[in-house]
Amino acid sequence: MTKKIYDAIVVGAGHNGLTAASYMAKAGLDVLVLEKNDYIGGAAVSRELFPGWKYSNCSYVCSLLRPEIMRDLELYKYGLQIIPYEGSATMMKNGDYYAHYHDHDMTVKSISRHSKHDAEAYDRYSRDVMRQCKIIKPLLKMTPPDLTSFKPKDILGALEFAKHFAAKDELGGLGEKEIYDTIRFYTMSIADYLDEYFETDITKAHLAGSAIIGTALGPCSPGSAYVLLHHYMGEVDGSIGSWGYARGGMGSITKAMGECLKSHGGTIQASSEVTNVIVKNGRAVGVATLNGDEFYAKKVVSNLDVKRTFLKITDESDLQPDFVERVKNFKIRGSSGKLNIALEGLPTFPSIPKDDPGGNGDLHFTETIEEMEGAYDDWKRGQWSKMPYVDMCLPSKSDPTMAAPGKHFMSVFIQYVPFELANGGWNEQRKQDFGNHIINRIAEYSPDFKDLIAHYEVRTPKDIHDEVGLTEGNIFQGELTMDQLMFNRPITGYAQYRAPIKDLYMCSSSTHPGGGVMGAPGANAAREILSDMNIKQKGNHY
Amino acid sequence: MNIDLTQAALKFTPFHNRTSRACRTNSWYRWSGYTVVAEYSTTELEYTATRNGTSVMDLTPMYKYEIKGERAKEFINYFVTRDLSEMKDNTVAYVIWCNEAGKVVDDGTVFCLNQNEFKICCAVKMQTWLKDSAEGFDLDINDVTDDIAALSVQGPTSCSVLKNYGATNLESLKPFESKDFTIDGYSVLISRTGFTGDLGYELWTNPENAEKMWDSLMESGKHLKIRPMGMHALEMVRIEAGFIQTGTDFVSTEHALRPVRMRSPYEIGMGWLVHLTKKDYFIGKRALKAEKENGTTERVLVGLDIEGDKPAHGAVIYNKKKEDVGIVTAALWSPTLKRNIAIASLMRPYGTKIKDDIFVEIYHPEELEYKKIWATCKVVKRQFYSPERRNMVPAEVY
Repeated sequence: MTKKIYDAIVVGAGHNGLTAASYMAKAGLDVLVLEKNDYIGGAAVSRELFPGWKYSNCSYVCSLLRPEIMRDLELYKYGLQIIPYEGSATMMKNGDYYAHYHDHDMTVKSISRHSKHDAEAYDRYSRDVMRQCKIIKPLLKMTPPDLTSFKPKDILGALEFAKHFAAKDELGGLGEKEIYDTIRFYTMSIADYLDEYFETDITKAHLAGSAIIGTALGPCSPGSAYVLLHHYMGEVDGSIGSWGYARGGMGSITKAMGECLKSHGGTIQASSEVTNVIVKNGRAVGVATLNGDEFYAKKVVSNLDVKRTFLKITDESDLQPDFVERVKNFKIRGSSGKLNIALEGLPTFPSIPKDDPGGNGDLHFTETIEEMEGAYDDWKRGQWSKMPYVDMCLPSKSDPTMAAPGKHFMSVFIQYVPFELANGGWNEQRKQDFGNHIINRIAEYSPDFKDLIAHYEVRTPKDIHDEVGLTEGNIFQGELTMDQLMFNRPITGYAQYRAPIKDLYMCSSSTHPGGGVMGAPGANAAREILSDMNIKQKGNHY
Repeated sequence: MNIDLTQAALKFTPFHNRTSRACRTNSWYRWSGYTVVAEYSTTELEYTATRNGTSVMDLTPMYKYEIKGERAKEFINYFVTRDLSEMKDNTVAYVIWCNEAGKVVDDGTVFCLNQNEFKICCAVKMQTWLKDSAEGFDLDINDVTDDIAALSVQGPTSCSVLKNYGATNLESLKPFESKDFTIDGYSVLISRTGFTGDLGYELWTNPENAEKMWDSLMESGKHLKIRPMGMHALEMVRIEAGFIQTGTDFVSTEHALRPVRMRSPYEIGMGWLVHLTKKDYFIGKRALKAEKENGTTERVLVGLDIEGDKPAHGAVIYNKKKEDVGIVTAALWSPTLKRNIAIASLMRPYGTKIKDDIFVEIYHPEELEYKKIWATCKVVKRQFYSPERRNMVPAEVY
């Protein structure tokens, strides 16, 4: 019996794998997605680990998921609904708080309680960051050009890239100063960048959080300003930089994508860990799974990060040594952990007035850049931060589907947590110590918090590495620094979603434009694959 | 706030004390001589309440008329184009009514309280048209707009909110059914109707209970993501649902200064409500029958799915970028669909037989300059969004 040959096999049912698979299936391909876990979604999942509570176990908020992808894949049909944040707040030791709101005027009014200067500067800061967002937005759906190639496609691509940076027509003419500003923005630290606008520690600390989340950089590290941009370039319906919850948790995104894929005839097979890519005569022809099954396809697409793709499931002998070396050098350092907590009721945070919408979004405790940098210093020494930066939220305050009425789910993202500890590896005891450390930290700001805990899950970078499959637990599948962005992502010369092996492709967040549950790498990869197969997509935005 | 109501230009609804307190933006909207909230906090969050939790909206300014008498049902069936001869007690029907020339006077809902008592709820003042039409029927027709405090309670958790409020077994109420409840000692009529395209209900009570009802609802919904919704958000959800609005998507015969602006039901997507097979005569039947038989319908109201993300407010529609073939009556970047949608009135055969090569000319304001966009568009079903939960029986309970 001859084995079936699929048009494409996608390795990994995370959001990018499912996005790529859905676009391909929509274009008429026969697509199979293989997933190692017994559930789909990768790092965009909603799992009920404790009866009655849905957890967004890994990623927890949504902003970067491209609206064009939601539109092309009609994800609303499969239940996807984004709920915008109402605000955000940093709680202060002196009992005060600093808040931003969905309403711009409320934000300005709120900042001016701390500093009139900062309240005014916030408008200018927003304008400048928005300019950078406008420049980068069109690049998100482009395949990065190969600057060393003389193919017409690459030359035109390079011009297109350059056009968006110069952005004359988009922004009504940028002068030299603005182009220099862009270059500065991409290379500066967030601490230096914010110093140019703001005077108070609390404003800077509140804003700087977006520049360190998920990255192994500190707020004083050059390049951290770009990470902030990465967190700002999303939108919730034209409200640029806004964040929201996926109704039903982040798993609703991948669930909807999975449904879309199936509706176009695609297949998902869970509990099927791919162990290697089968290469014959220099071409990828299929994959083998842990239980010995083999699947064949015209195209193999890896949604694993670049390290796993080339160091784990591809034989080194199928690759050039210098390429392997560069993959080994790819920076993918784990820096964050997570607590997912089921609560019997709503914890009180006395520093935020009751019913203040600032309390209905992301909550933080870090009051100064120094404290944040100190947290980073601990990580460098192989310890979890004594005074971590936390990005904490209660999606159940906005989403009625996460827990029963009156009960709550709390997602606590923690920066910084190392993949390997200086005093030896992670073990159960250390994991619990880490969890308790964070719980105690939260309890300092919420007297009734501990009593409300019904269940909690601790996730170290090691857990994320082992279970989800993100190497070292790096949430972006690779640092978002200039040396690993655009035509350098993941590997210089291989930024166009094609691996060095024919018919093997990459669609993970290790590729342009990176992580953050954006879906753009998957959609871009699908476009390249379909173009190699001479298949035209109809009516799509990618 | 001390306002001399005798001096105020606009009336306050019975909920005003509550709505004005909840309104953080002091942003108001004129509606049929009343003032109601346009935006409480931010429109996006109010919109989201309808698609995620529950939104509460003050509906009091909708005109309401009671029609009582032995021939009430016979009259209603003569008044509207839809065949309501089988209409049962405690049900509601969506209807339109026309003048003798077959042009639409208004759309609205008919509530059958019992076979001799009906209420009509609509957007345009209708007392005189009703009375003129009811000549010889010997009916009691009264404007009861000011005697009813009305709220719309809409969204996926709305059934749960109302169950907490005291509406026992509400989940078994089917779409377009209504039921009388006694809650906290006062009576409330709850119908499973709405203007949002989602699961939802409308509540009528005596104005003296209005504030109590508002407070109890907010308390009942405190864990169910309840939020008051203003008129701006209503406009968004009704476009997604594909509902038409008198005065926006068509002009009522009662208002049209230029007779050519009057529209037949077939021109505004309401042909499905015209029952030419109805046994008895109804106002406009002759003209509508002739229109249908002769194929003289000039326009069509369609849904458009427009390229890009710039809403096509008031945009002109062209055939092959040349010939003007229609106009957008309502437009929206839909937050749920992530699509750029619009309701548009087109000259047939555009929108019926010819659906390709149709362009919308959008002038998008960009910091004191207009960017002109030629956007291609697809003619689609006007009901852009209709989630399963909308018509599910029993209704979703949280």
